[in-house]
Amino acid sequence: MYPANTTYHRAGSVAEAVQLLADNEGAKVLAGGHSLIPAMKLRLAAPQALVDIGHIAALRGISLEGGSLVIGALTNFATIASSELVQANAPVLAEATGVVGDPAVRNRGTIGGNVSHGDPASDPPTALTALGATYNVSGPGGERSIAASDFPTGLLENALQDNEILTGVSVPALAPGSGSAYVKFPHPASRYAVVGVAAIVASQGGSCSSASVVIGGVETTPTRASSVEAALVGSDLGNDALDAAAAAVAGDFTGDPMSDIFASDEYRRAMAAVYLRRALGIAASRAG
Amino acid sequence: MKLKVPVEITINGKSCSGEVEPRQLLVHFIRENAGLTGTKVGCDTSQCGTCTVVLDGSTAKACTVLTVQASGSSVTTIEGFADGANLHPLQEAFWNNHALQCGFCTPGMIIAADAILRNNPSPTREEIRQGLEGNICRCTGYQNIVRAVEQAAETMGGG
Ligand SMILES: Cc1cc2nc3c(=O)[nH]c(=O)nc-3n(C[C@H](O)[C@H](O)[C@H](O)COP(=O)(O)OP(=O)(O)OC[C@H]3O[C@@H](n4cnc5c(N)ncnc54)[C@H](O)[C@@H]3O)c2cc1C
Ligand code: FES
Ligand code: FES
Repeated sequence: MYPANTTYHRAGSVAEAVQLLADNEGAKVLAGGHSLIPAMKLRLAAPQALVDIGHIAALRGISLEGGSLVIGALTNFATIASSELVQANAPVLAEATGVVGDPAVRNRGTIGGNVSHGDPASDPPTALTALGATYNVSGPGGERSIAASDFPTGLLENALQDNEILTGVSVPALAPGSGSAYVKFPHPASRYAVVGVAAIVASQGGSCSSASVVIGGVETTPTRASSVEAALVGSDLGNDALDAAAAAVAGDFTGDPMSDIFASDEYRRAMAAVYLRRALGIAASRAG
Repeated sequence: MKLKVPVEITINGKSCSGEVEPRQLLVHFIRENAGLTGTKVGCDTSQCGTCTVVLDGSTAKACTVLTVQASGSSVTTIEGFADGANLHPLQEAFWNNHALQCGFCTPGMIIAADAILRNNPSPTREEIRQGLEGNICRCTGYQNIVRAVEQAAETMGGG
C-alpha cells in the first residue's frame, strides 16, 4: 500500500516546525509515523506536506522538575516504560506505555503523537488523564498548556489550534502512599485497548483519602469515573468496598459510545466494570 | 510539487543513496533501491513483523517508516547478520532447531530475537515470547522459534 504523494520537510527546531506548518498548506506533523503512516496508506489521511519533527533532539527526554515529570513529545514508549524516573514517580504511566502494541511499535511511537492522534483505543491518554497531566504546546501565539482532561475534544480531535505543536507532557509525581495500576483488555489481533483502566488510590490510616479513575476505549474520549471515585473515598479499600465502587461505574458513561465489529458499546461497558475491578484490586494492594 | 528528494541511508555499514518520493516506505528502499531482499513485506500494516530491521540501534517495522524519515540513519537488515560464510549464532540456532518452515517470517524473527538478547542476555521463555509479540509465524507454532532463541542465548554467553 502506498500513501498518496506528499512533500517532505524536516524541521530542525520547534520554531522551524511551527513556521513550516504555517508555510505549507495542508501540512501535517510527522513524529513516529505509527498512526499517521497507517492512516495515509488507507488514504484516511492524505496531507499535502509532512513536517517531520522526529529529528528535533530537544523534544526527546525525561526529567523531574519541581515535583513533576516532564516528558518530551518525541520520547518513545519503550523509553518511558523502562525509565526509572517514570517507574518511581508515575508507575501507572510506565505500565500503560509498556503495553502499547509490541516492542518495535514501542520503539517508534511517541507519547506526543499518541496523545495528539487521540485514538480512543490508545493506552497512554487514559493514564495521563488519571495522573492529572498537562500538555505543553507551542505555536504561532507562543506557548501554553492544556489539561489532559481538556485536550481531546471528540473522536480523533483535540484542542490544538492551527500550526500548534505538542512539545511535551508534565506529570505531577504521585504522592507517597499512593497505589496505582493500568489494566488493559487488548484487542486479540491489533493489541490496541478495547478497554483500558487507570486507577490511582491513596490511603491514610486505613481509609481511602483520594482516588482517580479513568477508563479508555468505552467512549470516544477517556471517561473519568467520578461515581467510582466518590464511592472509593472514605472506604477501607477492602473487597466489598471495591466491588461496590466498581458497580458504580455504570452511571459514569454519559459521553459518545464506541462500538465496532469486535466489541459493541454494551460489551465494552460490561468489560469496563470487570477490568476496573481488577485495576482497583491491584491499585489498593499497592497503596499505603 | 517536487516529487523526489535525495536520501542517504547506511545499510549494513554501506552507504546507500538515491532519489525517492517522500511516500516511499523504508522497506521498499531496502528491497528495491538497495537490492537487499532478505527483508520481506507481509501484512504491510505493522502487524506481522517480517519487515523488522534495526534502525539506529532499535527494532522498527520498515513498512511503517518512510524512507525520508530514515535519511541520515543507519539500518541493519538480516543480510548484516552473517559474517561471510559464518552464520550468526541466532541463524545457526534457528537452523539447528528447525525454527522455520517457509522462512518468510525468519528475517524479522531473528532481528526481534537479537533485540531481546541485546537487552537481556538470559531471557526466560516468557520474556522471549513477549519479545516476539510483534512477529507472526504462520508455519511453526512458535515452539521451535522459542527453543532456538534459548539455544542462541546459551551460545552467545547468556542462557
Ligand atoms: C501495530 C500497531 C499497534 C499499536 N498498538 C497500540 C496500542 O496497543 N496502544 C496504543 O496506545 N497505541 C497503539 N498504536 C499506536 C501507536 O502507539 C502510535 O505510535 C501513536 O499512536 C502515534 O505516535 P507517533 O509518534 O507514531 O505519531 P504519528 O503517527 O507521527 O502522528 C500521529 C498524529 O499526531 C500528530 N502529531 C504527532 N506528533 C505531534 C506533536 N508533537 N504535536 C502535534 N501533533 C502531532 C500527527 O500529525 C498525526 O496526526 C499501535 C500502532 C501500531 C502500528
Ligand atoms: S510487513 Fe511490516 S509488519 Fe508486516
Ligand atoms: S516459517 Fe513460515 S511464516 Fe514462519
